[in-house]
Amino acid sequence: MGAEMAYRLNINGADRQVDVPAEMPLLWVLRNELGLVGTKFGCGKGFCGACTVHVNGAAQRSCQLPVGSIGQAKIHTIEHIGETPIGARLQQAWVQIDVMQCGYCQAGQIMSACALLGQTAQPSTAQIDSAMAGNICRCACYNRIRSAIRIAAGMEEESGRVA
Amino acid sequence: MSPEQAIVNRRAVLKASLLAGGGLALEMLVPFPARLARAMDGKSGAAGELSAFVTIGTDGTVTIVSKNPELGQGVKTSLPMMVADELDCDWSQVRISQADLDQKRYREQSAGGSNATPKNWLPMRQTGAAARAMLLQAAANKWKVDAHELTTSRGRILHAASGRAVGYGEVASAAAALPPPELESVQLKRPEQFTIIGRPTVGVDSARIVRGEPIFGMDTHLPGMLYAVYEVAPAHGGRLVKAHIEEAKRSPGVKHVVPIIGNGDHDAGLADGVAIVASNWWLANQARSKLNVEWDLSAAKSHSSSVYRAKADAAIAAGPSSDLRLDGDPVAKLASATKRIAARYDYPFIAHAPMEPQNCTARYAEGRFEIWAPTQQPQRGLETLSKALDIAPETVTLHLTRAGGGFGRRLMNDYMVQVAAIAKAVPGVPIQLIWSREDDIRRDYYRPGGWHSLEAGLSSKGDLIAFTDHFVTFGDGKTPARAAGYNPAMPPAGLIPHLRFSQSMMPTVVTTGALRAPGSNALCFVSQSFLDEVAIAAGTDLPRLMLTLLGERREVAAPDNGIAFDTGRARDVIEKVVQTSAWAQKPTSAGRAKGFAFYFSHRGYIAEVVEASVTGADVTVHKVWVAGDVGSQIVNPMGAENQARGAVIDGLAQALTGQAIEFVDGVVQQSNFNDFPLARIPMTPEIEIAWVRSDKPPTGLGEPVLPPVIPALTNAIFAATGTRIRSLPVRLKSA
Repeated sequence: MGAEMAYRLNINGADRQVDVPAEMPLLWVLRNELGLVGTKFGCGKGFCGACTVHVNGAAQRSCQLPVGSIGQAKIHTIEHIGETPIGARLQQAWVQIDVMQCGYCQAGQIMSACALLGQTAQPSTAQIDSAMAGNICRCACYNRIRSAIRIAAGMEEESGRVA
Repeated sequence: MSPEQAIVNRRAVLKASLLAGGGLALEMLVPFPARLARAMDGKSGAAGELSAFVTIGTDGTVTIVSKNPELGQGVKTSLPMMVADELDCDWSQVRISQADLDQKRYREQSAGGSNATPKNWLPMRQTGAAARAMLLQAAANKWKVDAHELTTSRGRILHAASGRAVGYGEVASAAAALPPPELESVQLKRPEQFTIIGRPTVGVDSARIVRGEPIFGMDTHLPGMLYAVYEVAPAHGGRLVKAHIEEAKRSPGVKHVVPIIGNGDHDAGLADGVAIVASNWWLANQARSKLNVEWDLSAAKSHSSSVYRAKADAAIAAGPSSDLRLDGDPVAKLASATKRIAARYDYPFIAHAPMEPQNCTARYAEGRFEIWAPTQQPQRGLETLSKALDIAPETVTLHLTRAGGGFGRRLMNDYMVQVAAIAKAVPGVPIQLIWSREDDIRRDYYRPGGWHSLEAGLSSKGDLIAFTDHFVTFGDGKTPARAAGYNPAMPPAGLIPHLRFSQSMMPTVVTTGALRAPGSNALCFVSQSFLDEVAIAAGTDLPRLMLTLLGERREVAAPDNGIAFDTGRARDVIEKVVQTSAWAQKPTSAGRAKGFAFYFSHRGYIAEVVEASVTGADVTVHKVWVAGDVGSQIVNPMGAENQARGAVIDGLAQALTGQAIEFVDGVVQQSNFNDFPLARIPMTPEIEIAWVRSDKPPTGLGEPVLPPVIPALTNAIFAATGTRIRSLPVRLKSA
């Protein structure tokens, strides 16, 4: 492991400086160095998606992103996503039909859903499944994740049945 | 005794007091039995169990204490709904406050066994109704009218005759001076009067969760906090011999490396290990590779999946070592049967793998611990902790955080004991222990594997006349390991006269424990799959066989934890799912079929139908129909439906994703979600739920929907392919 170095990161629109080894994954910079604990640790191997953040708008697993590789990229996390129109609609839809049980994975789910709707405004079920397959929900709230994405995309009535 | 009284049968009292700053506080206390009070307090009669606690502030804000841990099962929302409805306030007036662990006040603060709903249905409502009655009386005194002339609506008291109205907050202080009503006199609403109970209600923490606010155990942050990992032996039951820690100590960010010798109880105590404490968890975890630890792994030798399997074969060949239940003369009946059906079934160890890895935060200073724990059973954690570290329980303050899932894993508190041991070694410094996912998969309290050898006999008319099951499980020869026991009242027990359940045991060093619907999650697969075989051999199908076995509506003694089994409720859910799934209409395309199963667990009656198709080795589940009777009232349909759907998918994942934990000399062979897979969104079927409302009090939903989905699936696979699944997980051969 290399020695600690000073990194200037652009996170949620603000410059933040941290002194950490280059190999430290962004997840642990966010959680333990910057106190941004909305991004969750689930597996540490990129299998579960709980730690999903946006890097220049694309959904990425922050447990697999060494801080030394980030450079000037713009990082956005769940703490910020409500300030974007798509993020706000997703958060609203998530609460409206109460997607969650334990809720631990939901930050990562919303970050992946937000990247999906940024690319595809009105995704099909197959597109939703494909974009969300990397995000595990152990409580298996998957029917409602599909519904909430459709509601946020304006494809399903908000009062519609939750299926 | 009426069914409602069956749940709360000790004498409860209400106690009112004036809130500091004004307002009413009302609590329901259930006096402890004298023996228990003495054990906890050293003196008799001092303590009482607080069943419910509600306050009404002068501004009308209603605060309801949530005493049980919340881990996604929804009690933090559903129990306060019961209070608020009877109080007749507006849900928007309600604030929920999470209680710390306080044995003297609450006695029982746990999440498990689908117990919260049945245990709280009456006391929560009574407390709300009593508070309403006191507010009403306070308004009546103020206006000098009879309380009977007053009505309430959404947190206001109305006097129709004079057109006067007053908010609860304005009379709350006056109400606090009144004597609380006798519990027996408290009028409860009729179901048609409910305004909150039965209405889909969003979880009280949901808005904070979607914004990523700190709410889970691992989100706990204290000034100066350091992060820890705890390296334990690679094999279950291993002991620490010698730890070479110098290199790890020199690793970046590492502040302390602490070898810890446990209390010799690796199952329910403190296991030996080496703690690494660093400024950042990733740095602590990286330093593990620098540790050089000598372990004594001799206890784990031969504790391998292949050895367990061979021992199970031998035990089945040798015959059972003890009887669990013997009714009539099944041996003679089998000998006289026209047709005999025999089969062996088995299922593997599986892990819980809640999304939030095990973690706990603790600070030890001046002889006192303060702990922040995501746990299902904090009281047991405190007992384990005080025993393992030899400390007095009253020196510990224990805060309950929201937990990122439990599924039974957090009934055990090994992480709490470990972090306390580490914090004690580094006094004054707050420590957050976090397990890696690998730690979590390799050090679970697994749902134990099991083997069954079954036989059934049919008469010449096709009636089931005898049934036997020889169960091979884990244990010391007398007592099964945790969650490795049988259910001697499992159907068809109690429904046919000639039946034998028997068992054999083998020892294990592997830690076992309850997983969502413990016992039932495996036994339902075995019994409902085998009965499907029996039904087909008898020329009928499983729903018809079950209805025949159930017979007339009656109660059969104690199949589930002393709770009588109501054959009428079972019949109703079976008939319901037969109807909703159009069971009689079989799918016409090749390789596509429906399967059925029924089970009674955790007080819930659940029948399910799965429609699946099989192509080569791939199974696709198209639709699942659930019919469930969990009593007269679904408290929060929003949460209930989510629990049911989640349980269905959880069960399908156990069968279809390849979940199995395997051992070689006590070393777990799986490590993360690549080799212990969980359900992902593409496998999600359509799920249709029908609640059958009986006249019985409401019961819990965390568990009972899971067990039947597995045999309903495997019975569908048989119907689609002719291949009988007798071993989990499902592993079909490619065509």
